[in-house]
Amino acid sequence: MAIPLAYNLRNLVVRKTTTIMTALGIGLTVAVLLAILSLVNGLRTTLSVSGDPLHVLVLRQGAESELVSLFTREQFQDLKFKAGIATGSDGQPVASMEVVTVMILASVDNPDGANLNVRGLDQRGVEMRSNVHISRGRWFQQGQKEVVVGKSVASRFPDAQIGRKVHFGRSDWEIVGVMDAGGGVQNSEVWGDLNQVSADLNRVQTVSSCLVKATDAVAAKALIQSLNDDQRLAVHAMPETEYYDQQTGNAKPLEYTGLIVAVIMAIGSSFAAMNTMYAAVARRAREIGTLRVLGFSRGSILFSFLVESVLLSTLGGLLGCLLALPLNSVTTAIGNGNFAEMAFGFRVTPQIMLAGVAFAVILGSVGGLFPASNAARKQILTALREV
Amino acid sequence: MSEAIIQTTKLTKEFIRDEFHVVALKDVNLEIAKGEFVALMGPSGSGKSTLLHLIAAMDRPTGGEIRVLGHALRELNDRQIAHWRNENVGFIFQQFNLIPVLSALENVELPLKLTNLRKSERIEHATTALKLVGLGDRLHHLPRQLSGGQEQRVAMARAIVTDPSLILADEPTGNLDATSALEVLTILGRLNKEFGKTVVMVTHDPHAAQFATKMHHLEKGELTN
Repeated sequence: MAIPLAYNLRNLVVRKTTTIMTALGIGLTVAVLLAILSLVNGLRTTLSVSGDPLHVLVLRQGAESELVSLFTREQFQDLKFKAGIATGSDGQPVASMEVVTVMILASVDNPDGANLNVRGLDQRGVEMRSNVHISRGRWFQQGQKEVVVGKSVASRFPDAQIGRKVHFGRSDWEIVGVMDAGGGVQNSEVWGDLNQVSADLNRVQTVSSCLVKATDAVAAKALIQSLNDDQRLAVHAMPETEYYDQQTGNAKPLEYTGLIVAVIMAIGSSFAAMNTMYAAVARRAREIGTLRVLGFSRGSILFSFLVESVLLSTLGGLLGCLLALPLNSVTTAIGNGNFAEMAFGFRVTPQIMLAGVAFAVILGSVGGLFPASNAARKQILTALREV
Repeated sequence: MSEAIIQTTKLTKEFIRDEFHVVALKDVNLEIAKGEFVALMGPSGSGKSTLLHLIAAMDRPTGGEIRVLGHALRELNDRQIAHWRNENVGFIFQQFNLIPVLSALENVELPLKLTNLRKSERIEHATTALKLVGLGDRLHHLPRQLSGGQEQRVAMARAIVTDPSLILADEPTGNLDATSALEVLTILGRLNKEFGKTVVMVTHDPHAAQFATKMHHLEKGELTN
């Protein structure tokens, strides 16, 4: 049987200052890791709820984003009667031609101005985004220079408030409503009437993209195949979800940099845990000798000190979770494929916290292994004679 | 003559300390019979503690043979020695060596963790051992809450809780006042007389040695009687 756990727990309590300092060091490392993971998770969640699996986004061939895509009204007329496209209650294909551009507006984080996605779309396009609804004010009216802003835009851009006017293209546009897209990326967009926006941008004939809804998943696949194979149309079609998945790529450098920082900090923290445990082994040499005299094996000693190190690091992991939890209320923004700001919230989920604690346990195991092995290898008499 | 439970033949222990070759024990031939209370006496550095450590298999000899309770200790590996020591030997240190973060009861229960006893049985045994040394009312005290004499009595309870045949004591009264020393020696005497334990005690205190039934003297690593 192993040395009782109470022995390790009470020793951690007895040297509480050292325990807290080491646990705090480990906690900070875990918090950094959790911050990175929750940031990436928040971004992924935002993008994953933004797309509909039955929606097919059509861009110009070779275009990676809506901003750089050019799509003509003729192409739209040819495209919208393709097989597999769902029909609305009015008997018309569920398809939306859209124009996308960026505007600059001063934000909380960037008073000099940050890019915002502006989307011109018609009523059909609005209806296709079933996750988007007006939370304040009203929708823009056709034929009017009116826009609605996403709720993230309203909260992060002081000038993007109902009743105020924002400038893009050649005109000033009145903000008439705030839309809520749940956790979706549309929270970071500004929407206006397709004809008004495209006319203002001098892009009446050539817009940006087209969004169509397939009748079912099989039809969606076939439709994409058919559109991509159509040499005459020369378009690049993809599921809307895939388009947003690709946008997540923007977070990759951030994710890698964060992970590298966390790993470097982890190495430092494991040395801190190692140092603490070496000190514990040195201070308790006589106890180690006594335990050996009582009949506890070298393996029991090794296990006991390893457990103590893991307990210490688990405490650090839990502290890290506590430190990271407030991030749940933080919203930040990142540039998307359209060079516009996309706001999203950090998401510290139970799974992420579990990963943080597991990370701390690994850190404690690595840091505790050498001191524990040192304790187990001590000769009984040498240990008993140490002060 | 009773059965010999400790037998040493030309037992030798040498080591190097600060580049000097030290002979701690030289050709020691000793027999201790079951039920004896033996005092190992001699001046500092005479090798008496070294002999005790070899009997407890806490150290290995550099020459000669040692058999304790029928086992040739040289033939046992580390794990076997640990198990053998837990079952057969109770060791009492001069400096008590209690685990400071564990209560008296938990300290005494420690060696029983290596047995198959259930928790309730372990508590019962540990409580009995503590009552036997007169500390039935100090079960939940931490070592720092006890006097030196009481700490040594907890250590004695820990040494006897597994009911070992052999009790080894290294200067058990060296850190105690006269009253506490007398209590400890009285208990050792009782363990020998009433419970039939074989006791080997290292001491250089002639008064303490009087409690033993037999005395051996060591000088410069050699047994002189």
